[in-house]
Amino acid sequence: MRALLDRLGWRGWALPVTLLVLAEVAMRINPVESDALARPTDVLNALAQTIANGSVLSLSAQTLAAALAGLALGGGLGLAAGIWFGLSRAASDAASLSVELLRPVPSVALIPLSMLVFGFGFRMEIAVIAFTCFWPMLLLSQAAVRNVEPRLLEVARVLGFAWWERVLKLILPAALPRIFVAFRLCVGIALVVAVTTEIAANPQGLGYALMNAQQSLRPDLMFAMLLWIGLLGWGLGAGLLLLQRAWFRHSLGQQP
Amino acid sequence: MKTRAIVSSVSVSVALLALWCVIAELEWISSIFLPGPAATWQSLSDGLRQGELLHLTLGTVERMAYGWALASLIGMALGALIGISPLLRTWLQPTLELIRPLPASAIVPVAIAFIGLSPAMVLIVIAFGAVWPVLLATTHGFANIEPRLHEVGRVLRLSPLAFIIKVGLPNAMPDALAGMRLSLTVSLILAIVGEMLASQEGLGLAILQAARSFRSADLFAGVVLLGAIGFVSNSLLGMAERRALKWKQI
Repeated sequence: MRALLDRLGWRGWALPVTLLVLAEVAMRINPVESDALARPTDVLNALAQTIANGSVLSLSAQTLAAALAGLALGGGLGLAAGIWFGLSRAASDAASLSVELLRPVPSVALIPLSMLVFGFGFRMEIAVIAFTCFWPMLLLSQAAVRNVEPRLLEVARVLGFAWWERVLKLILPAALPRIFVAFRLCVGIALVVAVTTEIAANPQGLGYALMNAQQSLRPDLMFAMLLWIGLLGWGLGAGLLLLQRAWFRHSLGQQP
Repeated sequence: MKTRAIVSSVSVSVALLALWCVIAELEWISSIFLPGPAATWQSLSDGLRQGELLHLTLGTVERMAYGWALASLIGMALGALIGISPLLRTWLQPTLELIRPLPASAIVPVAIAFIGLSPAMVLIVIAFGAVWPVLLATTHGFANIEPRLHEVGRVLRLSPLAFIIKVGLPNAMPDALAGMRLSLTVSLILAIVGEMLASQEGLGLAILQAARSFRSADLFAGVVLLGAIGFVSNSLLGMAERRALKWKQI
């Protein structure tokens, strides 16, 4: 029994569970009317309710759709540019200054600009996410392509491959494990930026619902949304990590 | 070869600038959305000369720097404790792992509910969001100290505090600095979001207001300044990092 508990790492769970139970007990003994605090059971109740009436699911769908569309757009362009720059020193040298100047622009600084151009809605959120995902994808896939065994490129030259054959048949498969790692990172970034955009400006999705719950003085709903956003991010990250381990265990080794 | 790379990279940047000029000049995109480089420069230099933009920039930089410094201090102190003690790690790490993946900006509504719309709220949000990269990197750095150094510390009868300062920190510094660099970026982002949401004076609020009143030149000037803040702070920290770690590169 003790061994089983130790394997589950009960010490790690002791602290958060104790704190939650204490909060619950304290708020039952001494009920407070607060705009900021809610009993843990009320939070779970609110979460169960939003799941039961389906609203949290449609909100999640909005946020995820924007995140994935932005990732596809920005990440796709970043991947294409990254492969190009990875293959050609001249191209990456030529772009280096522009990349260094544009990359430090904070993603959220583009929220007002995107709002001005697109108004509210999916398009403005997708634009901000695409800009943010472009840079890490560009740099990481460039590094991934640089890391491809140079002799493979010689093989391609001997076989007389056209450039697209080289990319499709050699470079992409060889760089795929590291590109997947980049993709996994970018999924996390896209979700964070989507929620941030919704909190800061865009009236849709989980971020807006979270902000809305605070403004309508529903701390239970606010914490429920926060919990859900955390679970969603954690679940996506953990799922992609599992896929990475299942597909690329040999090529990536123990690298996280 | 080196000069050729510099020439080509500068000319590409100039070409992009020229392209921006042409698009704005020919009004392929309406100037309501896209002011030309000249208009942006005009707004930038006017704002800086009159001191208005400078004031806003300093406000944002100050907020970012304080939040970042707070996050770095807390992150390194906590990271040192957690990294050095396996006991603390088993008790605390899962809790930290639970909180870490939360988007930092999602804390903003909670912070507003508890603290209200104040500068302190923004500072706490920045510190909370920016603490994770430093904390995790420092923990990693301390947990991976060469085991023989622990033995050396025991032989020399170093107190735990002395061990942390004399052996642990220098060894964890490369990791901690890398984490601090990441958290600087996070700090800038959260400073902007915080200003937008809590209506605190700074560039973040200024560009939001510029966008709402369709002053696109002011908006671009603000975005350019924010990019410059990111660029300069990152370069400065990079230089400090190289200098601080000189002893490592033999």
